[in-house]
Amino acid sequence: MDLPLGFQDAYAPANLRFLAEGLLVTLGVSVLAIAFSFVLGCLVGIVRYARVPVAARLLGIGVELIRNLPLLLLIFFTRFALPEIGIRMSVFWCAVTALTVFEAAMISEIVRGGLRSVDKGQIEAARASGLTYTQCLRHIILPQALRRMVPPTVSQFISLIKDTSLAVIISLPELMHHAKILTGVRYDFVIPVLLAVAVMYFAVNYLLSLVAKKLETREPERA
Amino acid sequence: MLDLSIVTGHWDLFLQGLMHTVLASVLALVGSFLLGTLVAVLRLAPILACRWVGTAFVEFFRNIPLLLVVYLFYLGVTSLGVPLDGFQAGTLGLTIYTAAYIAEAVRAGIQSIPRGQTEAARASGLTYGQAMRLVVLPQALTVVIPPLCNQFLNLIKNSSVLGVVAGLDLMYFGDKVESITLATFDTYIFVGLLYLLLTLPLSYASRALERRLGQSR
Repeated sequence: MDLPLGFQDAYAPANLRFLAEGLLVTLGVSVLAIAFSFVLGCLVGIVRYARVPVAARLLGIGVELIRNLPLLLLIFFTRFALPEIGIRMSVFWCAVTALTVFEAAMISEIVRGGLRSVDKGQIEAARASGLTYTQCLRHIILPQALRRMVPPTVSQFISLIKDTSLAVIISLPELMHHAKILTGVRYDFVIPVLLAVAVMYFAVNYLLSLVAKKLETREPERA
Repeated sequence: MLDLSIVTGHWDLFLQGLMHTVLASVLALVGSFLLGTLVAVLRLAPILACRWVGTAFVEFFRNIPLLLVVYLFYLGVTSLGVPLDGFQAGTLGLTIYTAAYIAEAVRAGIQSIPRGQTEAARASGLTYGQAMRLVVLPQALTVVIPPLCNQFLNLIKNSSVLGVVAGLDLMYFGDKVESITLATFDTYIFVGLLYLLLTLPLSYASRALERRLGQSR
């Protein structure tokens, strides 16, 4: 049985290549934002956990504000409002910046939660045995907290990959943007293209969630 | 300094946007709660095909972007000849997407109820559906309230995708105001403040609720 004409034409090699190019941009933005937001999120989480004077308070307010705003607004703001006060970036870096700031706020909360889940008695024991606060954080608290952070962090990364699609409003040439262009070519392209794009997002995110599950089972919690 | 005349001069537009944002979020919350509960019950049903459908629903919609779900309605369904405007398509998309998350929360709630209760209900002659509806779900729902609050918060933020499909929400009317005032920075600071007006109280309320329910257990 042949596919309906819309499907056949929509999945022409040139169109699939066009979607693949979009997927590459999506993955590029995602990888950069994941790396930056993880580092930034860890720093913010640690500063807040350690209650560094002033900085912890200020970052706390910042995290609270960013977490309660729509990411779409942040992306839009970075692209169209920041130039008014002299901050200009390319579309690509606008997307990376907005995603990084938003996801870092989310990850900092995961990090803080992970750190706080480690029993306070351990810090006291470590300090009593002569470790400095930083040593105690690095050798005792962080390794345990990191292991507990894996599942929520990976699901945050999956969110991040999905969230890159919001960059359509600043016309970043990522997967969703390319899909939108293709659906405009012909009326019967809409459904086949959206399905193909769904499969692409699903494949990437589902694989990531499988990796997360592997990581979870491979590192059993030591009592 | 921010130009306050942007708000005072266009409060009617901001208000319209705010109302649509709240309306879309409330409609989607109710819809996704009903759909999510149904999916959760399917996922735990004693029939393999039901479990399959439930699992497929959750895995599919949790792994694709919300915007894509909205596009499936806004571009996909309309291309089949069903007329949907941006608000309708956006709200439907939000409902389906959020239902996948709520289904997981409800499933956890159902699983927190001891199995013995279902077995006792079945043994006393109730069907699976009756046992769920009359015995398990009413108890499970108290466990589900904190994650539901969280999802409502997410819904308000996520409803901003309506702005991408001309869905008359706060983002959309922010764009309208900006095209009149041409002050992008100030206008969107106000849009952000209006979102915070909705989300910050909710976020505090949901945390307080979580603490309270956590203590009583």
